[in-house]
Amino acid sequence: MPTHVSAPTGPAEAGHDTGRIPLHGLVELAEHTLEVVSDAGEGAQKCGQGFGALSARMGNGSWTVEIIPAEIQPPPRTPGSASGVRIRIGTREVTNWGDAAGLVIAFNEQVLLSRHRLDALADDAVILLEKRWGESDDPAVLAEWKAALEELSSKPYRIVLVPLEEQTLTVVDNPLHGKNMFALGVLCRIYDRDLDRAREQILRQFKKKSRDVQQANVRLLELGASWAKENLDFQIRVPPGPEKGPMVVMNGNEAVGMGAIASGMELCAMYPITPATSVSHYLGDVFERFGGIVHQAEDEIAAAGVAVGASFAGKVAFTVTSGPGLALKTEFLGLAVMTETPLVVVDVQRGGPSTGLPTKVEQADLLAVLFGQPGDAPKVVLAPATIEECFHCMITARRLAEALRAVVVVLTDANLATGVTPFPRPVPQPDWQATAPDGAPVAQGGKPYQWDPETGLSTRFVPGQPGGMFTATGLCHDEKSAVTYAPHVHQKGCTMRSRKLAALQSTLQPPDVVGPDSGDLLVVGWGSTKGAIEEACERARAEGLSVSSTHLTFLSPLQPGLRAIFERFRRVMTVEINYSDRVGDPFITSENRRMGQLAWLLRAQLLVDVDCWTRVMGEPLRPGQILAGIRAKFGKGADS
Amino acid sequence: MIDTACSLLGCGIDPHVELPQEDYEGPPPRWCPGCGDHGVLAATQRLLHDERLAPERTVFVSGIGCSSRFPHHIRTYGFHGIHGRALPIATGVKLMRPDLAVFAVMGDGDCTSIGAGHWVHAVRYNLDMVALMLDNNIYGLTKNQTSPTTPQGHPSNTQPRGSWLPALNPLSVTLGITNASFVAQTADWVPGHVYATLQAAFRHPGFAFVRILQRCPKWTPGVFRAPAQQMALTEILVHEDGVVEPEVEQYYKTHVAHDPSDLDHARHLAEESDKVRIGLFYKNAANARYEETRRVPVHTAEDKIRLLEAEFDRHAV
Ligand SMILES: Cc1ncc(C[n+]2csc(CCOP(=O)(O)OP(=O)(O)O)c2C)c(N)n1
Ligand code: SF4
Ligand SMILES: [Mg+2]
Repeated sequence: MPTHVSAPTGPAEAGHDTGRIPLHGLVELAEHTLEVVSDAGEGAQKCGQGFGALSARMGNGSWTVEIIPAEIQPPPRTPGSASGVRIRIGTREVTNWGDAAGLVIAFNEQVLLSRHRLDALADDAVILLEKRWGESDDPAVLAEWKAALEELSSKPYRIVLVPLEEQTLTVVDNPLHGKNMFALGVLCRIYDRDLDRAREQILRQFKKKSRDVQQANVRLLELGASWAKENLDFQIRVPPGPEKGPMVVMNGNEAVGMGAIASGMELCAMYPITPATSVSHYLGDVFERFGGIVHQAEDEIAAAGVAVGASFAGKVAFTVTSGPGLALKTEFLGLAVMTETPLVVVDVQRGGPSTGLPTKVEQADLLAVLFGQPGDAPKVVLAPATIEECFHCMITARRLAEALRAVVVVLTDANLATGVTPFPRPVPQPDWQATAPDGAPVAQGGKPYQWDPETGLSTRFVPGQPGGMFTATGLCHDEKSAVTYAPHVHQKGCTMRSRKLAALQSTLQPPDVVGPDSGDLLVVGWGSTKGAIEEACERARAEGLSVSSTHLTFLSPLQPGLRAIFERFRRVMTVEINYSDRVGDPFITSENRRMGQLAWLLRAQLLVDVDCWTRVMGEPLRPGQILAGIRAKFGKGADS
Repeated sequence: MIDTACSLLGCGIDPHVELPQEDYEGPPPRWCPGCGDHGVLAATQRLLHDERLAPERTVFVSGIGCSSRFPHHIRTYGFHGIHGRALPIATGVKLMRPDLAVFAVMGDGDCTSIGAGHWVHAVRYNLDMVALMLDNNIYGLTKNQTSPTTPQGHPSNTQPRGSWLPALNPLSVTLGITNASFVAQTADWVPGHVYATLQAAFRHPGFAFVRILQRCPKWTPGVFRAPAQQMALTEILVHEDGVVEPEVEQYYKTHVAHDPSDLDHARHLAEESDKVRIGLFYKNAANARYEETRRVPVHTAEDKIRLLEAEFDRHAV
């Protein structure tokens, strides 16, 4: 039997979603969060992603996020080396990464410490810890082990030692390539996963490897499962939900890439930047099969320029970036707005300013996108809230860019980019796709900016169309694109470019309110925080608080009807992952308080006294954290 | 990518286009009298006519500067972009539409200062287009500031006691870039040579970089005065594979024989000398062209849906 280092004592503090796992017997949970952590390069990510995918295949809701070390090759056995995956599974759809993990499997005590220090583990978490380090001959390692366990003893964790490496070595010579599959086997047993499916998945995963490698990995899986069966006396069941029809599973960046393909766009110009780059990794692999190309430009300015030039000459092109790259593209966005060249820009937001938190999430580019260009540069801004929406937003973005001759910015973030979750398999439609410009001659007298005086819309002329020749210019121009600084011409151009947004707004729907239609508090969110916000509000309502939420997909133009919705609540508060001053901090007053970005926008646009609750911790918001923020607004308990 | 039938006929060349030269002329330019840009524009309009380019399948892209007003005065499609960024825009146009004839027009500030990174990489991409750099050794539009090509010691509004640094040599730079395909220099005071150079550049399959020494009577009236006035100071590179213009070679008697396939000699000739050298320094039509390397098959919407379904299968739960 495994050694229980700490006795299962202490009150089961309400990590809401974890539930205390008994170390004996079977427990059934509606949802549950676990983590797999190792040194970088030991394959915890493969294990965790495999477990997530397997759970999705078995009909569970699931959400996985990567735990990424900041360095490429951090020294092993250090907290900075922690690499892995958090997986949250549920009977229902899982929309966010949850609060704290109820179970963790750790390949050494140092990476475990890193999760402990980040408050990632529930107080009563069950920890399956590689045991060999505690038996090391190396006094330094032994001292580190002792110190770590001492530090960990501040919480009533239940630590179970596991001979990960010892067992793995019975199958392969190099434990680096194998511990992860043994760990997957252990998890399969604990969570009662279908081993046949797991085997099939491993064979698919190692398709390109030799038969020996495939077989070794399958044997490790089986060994892990049988070891757990003999040595662990507990099991956790998270029953699958009702049959959902065909589903696909992917991360948000893959969804953006597939959405781009489904939209018929054919040119992605980019410069590598985390966390946006993996869109181009994905597309770099498959895009050419679809008649598209990824052009890696010499910098982000060039990437924007190439996309603008390509759009000018044909189907809408797009560029993918993150904050610092967005800053460089600024001037080109203004040019595209001014010349009414359709353009799709995907900004996978990360922590800023400057290089900030390059691998971590933030929602702090909203105002830069809206107002970052010199002069008035109206554009459409969309924020997908889920990985599924990352796919569909690209189709909407392409269409709007074309229909409005506008710049459309899609704001996702690192949370969506690296999160993996199943969603209903899209059914691609031919009319999602851009059609090639037809080359038809332009009628005599046709003008390149023949603005409809009501809507500001006009028909784009594309090279190849006889009679349509004009010179697009960033200078002030009239309907014929003739440069002129005559009075009223700039006024007219600005009016027409702006009017397109109002015209678009007239076709949009007000956002849904989740929860009662009126009440004490309305939480307003945008982007990737939707799942966590709705979960927090649901829990708040279960506690008797009068809270509803609404989530905005369109940030520019804003969806209609917001003021009417807001007026039905006593207070309105945004919840965002960007910086705002906290009331009560030194010098902070209601007059100088700097607000969350959506709060700024809503206050300015709607003249409503919108409050905000924001955090910039470099991680997705946890529902429990938001809940604490909500409770505090009601004077119940301390804010997190 | 759009792959229209006309691409089979070559770059925007439509054998049926027989338009009078005026049909390539847009509204008249407002450059200063005596500005070298006028002559280059006229030579370009003549080239379009002589090469029978279809105006609707020709695109002129530019940055910002006096010279970058170029597209407004030519009746083709045009994109007057932002300072320094003509080449990325032109790259996008050509990548999306290999069937179009593409010209990029830049000033010396545009190309060798703010847009220097794009210049290096555009040479390396080697898309089939013509890149004209109108080099007046100064920032013209913004009224007399030092440019990278301003001669050392030449005063300007930003460096009134003379430029501090030795001038950048755009030919040497271009000849040093991997994949350089066509590098030529011409001078606005030799109109026949300008035309012949543009023609050779246009006919070259690849990225054709042409530096045009351009007089700016407003801010740098002195820099090209001597070679423009004394024929002996303008040296012509001669070779049957180079820019061939017998009339020019007849009047300008200072010749230097140069085989444009000889890169070492080209680099040697590009170094500073007491004469202005014009002609084709280097030509290599064998380098792969980026729009060809990156060409992808055209797919119908139905094809794509079928492939997308297969992609979803790969990600199916
Ligand atoms: C981003 C940016 N920086 C600066 C300017 C101002 N500007 C416009 S043209 C120019 C220099 C023009 O010089 P050059 O490229 O040599 O063209 P020329 O006018 O001499 O033909 C400058 C600095 C600008 N328009 N945009
Ligand atoms: S300032 Fe110089 S470059 Fe500009 S138009 Fe006048 S002469 Fe030509
Ligand atoms: Mg200049």
